[in-house]
Amino acid sequence: MATQAPRRGAQSGRVKSDGTHEGFLRHKSFRWLKIAFILTTTATLGYLFIDVKPRPNGGSWYGYLLGIVSTLMIVWLTMLGVRKRIPSRKRWSLKGWTSAHIYLGISLAVIGTLHTGFQIDWNVHTLAYVLMMLVILSGLWGITVYAKLPRQMSLNREELTENQMLEGLRSMDRQLHDAAQPLDHRYAELVRKSLQEDPFGGGLLRRILGLYRTSKARKTLAQLSEEIAFRPGEDNPIERLDALLERKENKVRRLRKHLQYKARLEVWLYFHVPLTFALIAALSAHIVSVFFYW
Amino acid sequence: MGDFALSELYRIAIVGSGPAGLSAASRASKLGLSHVLLEKTDHLSDTIYKYQKGKHVMATPAQLKLRADIDFAAGKRETVLETWEMQSDGNKVHTLKNAEVKAIAGAKGDFTLTLTNGQTVRAETIVLAIGTQGNPNRMSCAGGDSPHIQYSLDDPGAYIDEHITVIGAGDAGIENALGLVADPEQRNTVTIVNRSEEFATAKDANVQALIHARDAGRIIVRTKTTTLSVEPGWITFDTRDGEVRVQCDRVIARMGSAPPRKFIEACGIAFTSPERAAYPVLSATFESTNPGIYVIGALAGYPLIKHCMNQGYDVVEFINGNTQLKPADEPILEAKFASLPGSQSVDYWLNFLKTNVVILNQLSTLQLREFMLDSEARFYKRDDVIFVRNDPGSSLFAIAAGSVLVEVNPTDPSITVPIGVGSIFGEVGLISGRRRGATIRAGEDCICVEVSRSAALKLQASVPAAKRSIERISTERQLLQMFKSGLTPADLSEVLDSYEIQAVSAGKAIITEGELGNDIFVIRQGSMVVERMIGGKPVFTSYLPAGSYVGEMGLINGGKRAATVRAAIKSDVIKLDGTAFMRLMEKKPELYAKTKSDMAGREELNAFIESKKDTLSSAVDLYSEQAAFLMENGIGEATDVLLIDENLCIGCDNCEKACADSHDGLSRLDREAGRTYAHLHVPTSCRHCEHPHCMLDCPPNAINRGPDGEVFINDTCIGCGNCQRNCPYGVIRMEYEPPKKPSILSWLFFGKGPGPGEPSRKWKKENSDPTVSKQSKAIKCDMCSGIEGGPACVSACPTGAAIRVGPEQFLSVTRLEKNSA
Repeated sequence: MATQAPRRGAQSGRVKSDGTHEGFLRHKSFRWLKIAFILTTTATLGYLFIDVKPRPNGGSWYGYLLGIVSTLMIVWLTMLGVRKRIPSRKRWSLKGWTSAHIYLGISLAVIGTLHTGFQIDWNVHTLAYVLMMLVILSGLWGITVYAKLPRQMSLNREELTENQMLEGLRSMDRQLHDAAQPLDHRYAELVRKSLQEDPFGGGLLRRILGLYRTSKARKTLAQLSEEIAFRPGEDNPIERLDALLERKENKVRRLRKHLQYKARLEVWLYFHVPLTFALIAALSAHIVSVFFYW
Repeated sequence: MGDFALSELYRIAIVGSGPAGLSAASRASKLGLSHVLLEKTDHLSDTIYKYQKGKHVMATPAQLKLRADIDFAAGKRETVLETWEMQSDGNKVHTLKNAEVKAIAGAKGDFTLTLTNGQTVRAETIVLAIGTQGNPNRMSCAGGDSPHIQYSLDDPGAYIDEHITVIGAGDAGIENALGLVADPEQRNTVTIVNRSEEFATAKDANVQALIHARDAGRIIVRTKTTTLSVEPGWITFDTRDGEVRVQCDRVIARMGSAPPRKFIEACGIAFTSPERAAYPVLSATFESTNPGIYVIGALAGYPLIKHCMNQGYDVVEFINGNTQLKPADEPILEAKFASLPGSQSVDYWLNFLKTNVVILNQLSTLQLREFMLDSEARFYKRDDVIFVRNDPGSSLFAIAAGSVLVEVNPTDPSITVPIGVGSIFGEVGLISGRRRGATIRAGEDCICVEVSRSAALKLQASVPAAKRSIERISTERQLLQMFKSGLTPADLSEVLDSYEIQAVSAGKAIITEGELGNDIFVIRQGSMVVERMIGGKPVFTSYLPAGSYVGEMGLINGGKRAATVRAAIKSDVIKLDGTAFMRLMEKKPELYAKTKSDMAGREELNAFIESKKDTLSSAVDLYSEQAAFLMENGIGEATDVLLIDENLCIGCDNCEKACADSHDGLSRLDREAGRTYAHLHVPTSCRHCEHPHCMLDCPPNAINRGPDGEVFINDTCIGCGNCQRNCPYGVIRMEYEPPKKPSILSWLFFGKGPGPGEPSRKWKKENSDPTVSKQSKAIKCDMCSGIEGGPACVSACPTGAAIRVGPEQFLSVTRLEKNSA
């Protein structure tokens, strides 16, 4: 039926997408999954077939090899934090880096474990190992939220930006304030109280879990509204107020959800990153002690 | 005036008392020639008399000297008219008012002019200076004869509280529209409509005033819009984005005017061409094909007052036997031709250009003189470089002698294609902002005319024949480039004889599935979508950007159209006659093979979609719906667009941060804003439109298109904000550069500075140097040109949610294949 025009912008060999959204997990058809698989398989086979004497141990030559590989990998994996903040001037995209970070990070669980030779004890060596496993676990948690939440966050925000949501709330507040002016002092006071309530207070935990109480003022108003309901032929200002409050509540709910998703997308990092630093400290202690007691 | 005998034989009868006629009559009077000035109304200079009250009359072109016995300087309409009235009295001009000429008979030496009141006037020679205002171009759309359509505007103060549409954004239209909004107390809602995107025929000062009024919100300007129908109270437009119906109580149509051809031809005067806008054939002394009748002023193709007055003076001198007189613009033209070899006269060079350059063939000598005032004649020695690939430049070149060589291969300058005498090059510059596509050097010693972009647009707007030949040449080049297959211009001549350029409004189909038809369409501007009816629903199958062709399937298979092709945005297509194209394919088996293979690819695609339809109907539906969503959001005019898959976007804003960090600390995109459909998000970021709106009125011409197709703003930006207002997608910001941030590592380790991304306004204010002035400039996406690894927003996305693609890539079936895999 038709023919494509010659590609535009093909003059300077720029890197171009092929037009598909390939996520960080499927990056280059799972390139890093494959590499991580080869790495772990090789390490495991080595562990099984290389007969180190007297028993598999971090101090054998194979143990040192695994240890060096693991240390280098940990250092490199940590560098993602730096890379993320420096816009790349090279060809390696952050997506590729993330993909590698994930699969190599998971493979570290295998390689690190093989490095221990399954000798677990109450010492600084095991501390480093445990911290590493915790970092990996928190990372897995991160992967699941990254894989699951963006879609829900997108559905929830419905083309609104966070600023628009906040602005929407502010405009509701103004409307409420205006609507309360002609009312009885009692009601006006209630509205004023409801305007003073902070719908987002309560700290990170509440934000993540999304456990908020219904506004007290709203509850009271709803009751009052029922009290004076069913007066035929009259435009009930309380009902109007109630409707406004309900609309505000919907907006608050959406924004709370939005903030909840955002927090959940980030909170794992509050474990992942400090644990990483702890791991590096413990790892340094582990390395120094190993060489000190050589 | 006096009581003269009507049977007297005058030396000169001057018909029309506008600037040209008045000047001619004054000259005749000064020279002591017996003359009569015939005016059909009861006042002098009816065209200017009919200008709206208080209108400022301009005196352009500024570089042209006035040569007349009456004065003229820019000023108010009233002042100008008063001066003329007084001075023509002072010059003892013999005027006969209420004298409309109905017929001219006789021959040189004894003409008889019959007036509508039955009187006759006899004269040896006649000067026709009747202008064209008596014959305005009329509305031809539905309802074009409605009583609320008017073709002039006397007093803009007479209308209150009305919705008024002014059609045509030439000088007259702009001045009328501005007059109607001059007093806000009148509360008029005024819309001005322009057929094209630019104001090619209007004076610069008028265009600037219009843009100011628009920016101030006093006037609505609709460009690229035509009128579909007029009905009482309403008007319907065809705009870039489809049909729009708006309120309208009054239509003022100022779409130019044409010579009153019937009358002129009845006087025995021939025209240059059968086109409506053509002018009479004139000699260099303004003499028409009927000896003894001279034509000057707007009727000669010269609408500007200064020209008219100079011609009035000149024509009387010619009639009086002064053959040595040179036109007033002679010194300017002499200077222009001075650098050409052979030290020939101006007349020689004008004639030389006219005969040798195809696009100038149809111009009268007078038009050519004016044209040359805005153009340059240049001489190039063999191998001189005329322009270099990727240089900015928007002028058009025409070859008057010699030939030039186009270096088609940037890596090997020895591979060239010649362009011969008479033809043009650089026509791509007429498309806004394109850089030079290839280096061009002189193949032998040659003479070229360099035409500024504005002069070329004006030429096309005022001389249909020139427009046609520029179009034909660029169409020919486009076809050659598109089909390749060893075609030569000669092969294409038959196909080109039948070509037709059609404007297609957004959403209109050029090909309808199931209909018979074998014409081929080439998309010249805009873009198209292809749809097929599958299971009773239109299913999107592909997207065609400008530069694609369509329709070969119907032609080769000889049957019904296999799909519907409709315009995604207002587009231009070149329609080629199918039968002629078929004959061309028979002659050129290579072309046939190419077309056939293109078609096979398309058929495969159709089959693929049809087969998927049963097994993966929801995937196909989604693909179709997303395509429709993207088209709605202006992707049809995009060449490169940022898309975010919200299934993957974690909202980290790393894209914005990376953008800011690679561009002086200012982000050029807003990730969160913008429309979303089925998790496909179109953020606020430049799409690098095929025909960028931002380029339209950039005073320093700071917006250009780079080698990768990126539209970027260079350092000459003056911060006027026109581009920001013109961008329909809101992707341009006006900002000043924030101070330099401390390095990322000192932030990471010591918490210095605001961290990655755009610094907050507060930080920016606190840390910028107060002694340096903060001039905001326009900033927008430049597609990270020059940065290896491509756009920073994409390479900084940790999850792969952000991609930058051409619509033709994104809307290709590979996506459907991958998604369903």
